Parts: sequence; C-alpha cells; structure tokens
Amino acid sequence: MSDMYTEKVKDHFFNPRNVGEIKDADGVGTVGNPTCGDVMTIYIKVKDEIIIDIKFKTFGCAAAVATSSILTEMAKGKMLDEALEIKRDDVANELGGLPAIKLHCSNLAADALREAINDYRKKNKR
Amino acid sequence: MERIYMDYGASTPVDKEVIEEMMPYFDKFYGNPSSIHSFGREAFDAVEESRKKVADIICANEDEMVFTSGGTESDNLAIKGIAFRNKEKRGSKGTHIITSAIEHPGVLATCKYMEQIGFNVKYLPVDKHGLIDIKELEAAISKDTFLITIMFANNEIGTIEPMDKIGKIAKEHGIIFHTDAVQAVGKVPVDVNKLNIDLLALSSHKIYGPKGVGALYVRNGVKLQTIAHGGGHEKGLRSSTYNTPGVVGLGKACELGRTRLKEDMAHLKNLRDMLIKDALKIEESYLNGHPEKRLVNNAHFRFTAIEGESLNLMLDEKGIAAATGSACSSKKLQASHVLLAIGLKPEEAHGSLRLTLGRMNTKEDVEYVAEVLPEIVQNLRNMSPLWNR
Repeated sequence: MSDMYTEKVKDHFFNPRNVGEIKDADGVGTVGNPTCGDVMTIYIKVKDEIIIDIKFKTFGCAAAVATSSILTEMAKGKMLDEALEIKRDDVANELGGLPAIKLHCSNLAADALREAINDYRKKNKR
Repeated sequence: MERIYMDYGASTPVDKEVIEEMMPYFDKFYGNPSSIHSFGREAFDAVEESRKKVADIICANEDEMVFTSGGTESDNLAIKGIAFRNKEKRGSKGTHIITSAIEHPGVLATCKYMEQIGFNVKYLPVDKHGLIDIKELEAAISKDTFLITIMFANNEIGTIEPMDKIGKIAKEHGIIFHTDAVQAVGKVPVDVNKLNIDLLALSSHKIYGPKGVGALYVRNGVKLQTIAHGGGHEKGLRSSTYNTPGVVGLGKACELGRTRLKEDMAHLKNLRDMLIKDALKIEESYLNGHPEKRLVNNAHFRFTAIEGESLNLMLDEKGIAAATGSACSSKKLQASHVLLAIGLKPEEAHGSLRLTLGRMNTKEDVEYVAEVLPEIVQNLRNMSPLWNR
C-alpha cells in the first residue's frame, strides 16, 4: 500500500519518544501557531552544557509529531552548541525523508529546540 | 485486523446487484449505442432504460437527463452551459451568479473561473450550522442575476439547505436554479418539480454505483451551451461515446437507491444518532453542522486541542476509515473553507473528524468506533501543548 510517510515517520508518530513536560525544566521553547495547525513545545534539562533530558508536546499532524519525537532523540546527550547545529534537513533525513509539503514541520522542531536553548542561556546569564 | 469503512461520503462500494447488471455490457453488449446495427441498438436500449431509472430517483422525465462523467462535470456543464448560453442570448445582461460559501469545489472552483472571465459571483455566507439565509439570498438578487447554484446538502458537515424556499424564490424571479445534489441523492427524497429545481448534478459512486459516471438533470425548456464539442451525443450537450457499463451501473444504483430509500434512511439515521451520542460524551467535543437538518449518514465532530490528520491516522491504525477538514491533510495546507464559513477558528477546524455511514455499516461498527475514539482523542491531547486540563 502506498504511503505518504516513511516507516520511520510512522514509528515516531505511533510511538513517540520523550512525550511530556519537564516540570523543573531549565529551558522551554514554544514555536508555531494554532492557526497554522502546528504548535510545539520543547523542554530541556541541562547540566554542564549538556542536554541531559528533553521532552516535547506537539499539536499537529503526523509529520509534526514525528519530527518532534526524533529531534528529542537527536538532541539528548548533546552539548548545547552541538544541538544548535541541528538543521531542518538533518531532522528530515533522520526520518528517511518527509513529503515536500510537510518539510516546514522539521523546521519547526529545530526552531523549538533553539528557542529552548536560548531560554536556558537567557536564564543562566551571569 | 478488521477494517471499518466510515467514509461513504467520499465513495461507496459498488452494490453486487449493480455489478451484475453492468457485466454483460463489457463483453456481450459492447456495441456503440450510436451505431445502427443490432449490437449498437441493444446497447442503446440499455442506455435509455437507465436514463429512465436515473430520472425516477429525482422525479424527472427521462428526456431531461444528460449522462456525464460525474458530479464535477455535471456542475461544470450546468454553470458554464447556462452562463455561456445566456450571455449569447442576453448580451451584457445576465452576468450575475449567486452561490454559497460552502459549495463543493465542483461548483466553487467553477464560479471562481466564471469571475475570471467576467461574470460576477455572490458567495452567500452561512450561519454556524451551515445554512444560507433566505433573506440574504433575496437581497442578493439583481436584474443581472441569471443563476442561483446552491448545494442540496453539504459534503463535509452534512447540512441540508432549504431547497424548497430557494426554488420558490428562483422561480418567482425567473432565475435558473442549479443544485449539486451529489451527497443528497439516495439519502433524501428529491423531487425536482416540487422543489423547482432546473438543473441538478448527481454522481454514481456516492450511491453504490461505479466511479466515473454521473448525470445532470436539465429541466425541459432550459437551454445550455455545450462545453464538450464533438459527435453530438446527449442532444449535443455532452459529446463522448456512451460509457454503457457505467451508465447501466448508475441506472441500477438509482433504481436500488429509490426503492431502498426509506429503509436506508432509517438504518443510517439510527446509526448516525448512536454515533453522535457516543462521540459527544468525549470532553470538549462538538458536533459541526445542523443538529436536525443534516444528512442521515453524516456525523462531523471537532475535538479541542487535537489535529485532524493525526486523529485520522490513529483511527486508520485501528482499522477505521474517516476524513477530516484539517489543513494538514489538504494539499494546500488550508483549513476547510466550509468549517471556516460556519465560523470556526482555524485551530478549531484543524481538530475535525468526518464519519459518513453507509448501507453496510452495523451497530457493531458504531460501537467499535465509540470504544476506540475516546482513547485516541485522549492520547493526542496528552501530547498536545494546547491541552492543559
């Protein structure tokens, strides 16, 4: 049966990793707009510049959920500077590709993570 | 896994009796109905018998039916046909068309095209239930109005428009009244004379007939300009060699639809009401469309804080086939024009779910959906940043 989504996208949509909130998060980033049909929030816990825990909440289509899920896997354990290097193409590639019309979802996920890291850095300026 | 089909508004399986009726017309009676020999004549007879059956389901005469490739072509022929003919006849007058904001693309996109080529189109708004306002319709009529085209029943939210009132007004003003009745035929009694309908589009694959065939009712005396020039089939209105098996299938589907209408309506209404009752038990769930003036097989919901494509994929995973008006599932990434027209915010439109029932659905199907749906909605809400309950 033909399918618009890859097996990996479906896996991350039906079994999303790291769903939820971190109550005492060190950084939180929300991007998107309910009007457009996508909202993502990423929560991070940081120790010694390393993302030691990460969770997400997403309102959106399967591509939006899957990109959020895989992004949390990609970012977990990374140094903040490394995590900032994650680009939308990396997210889409990791999922084995996304339909062209859904590529903006991968953008959103990477942006949400950047927001969360910026939030952390703002709070921890000395 | 057992699969449950609840997308009859999109298409239906072809009834076994319809298939049986069609079969001989592929390899036994394969002549061209326009041919003079016996092969042609037997095919011709079948086409004409079918024409009678199709006319009967809308209480029309057989000489008022034009076979087409489906609902969209019928809409195109109706609107362009009357507009082009009219323009020829009345010169600069007859440039104004009235339609609604919630039409099927077959009408809506045709009206947009008519605007591009110099016609004026008024898109009547609808209320929160999807009904047009008769007073607004009357107020929109000008001396240049030659056509009112308003759907019989909406394909997304199932709202049934006040056909009798629209027909009456159109008649009083001497304006042609076209309706896209693709979703209504077979689910609502339709009488073109009682309702003063001049043009009516219907489709075969929504009523357990084959895909790729439909018809346009053209009231006797209403003149159209053809949009498909050629060999002059269908009194010159629609040239193209007859799709004999398709036409025979449509004829049989209409015959069954007419004789089973009462039974079908009772069955569907029963299941639909069960489904609505069960789904509305879910917290922050709402019914879209009119509570009473709705198709017997249409249940259309929205659920706060979740998105329709995700919901549909989760249902599909559980074997349930449904539809949504969410932007994310559309090629244009725009929320359904119907849901926006009834006043929903885009984020509300995104969380919509359309379940359309059919002859083959059972009480058990509805029970299964009622069992699975709350859990899926909850899972998606647990994942949603917009759900903070």
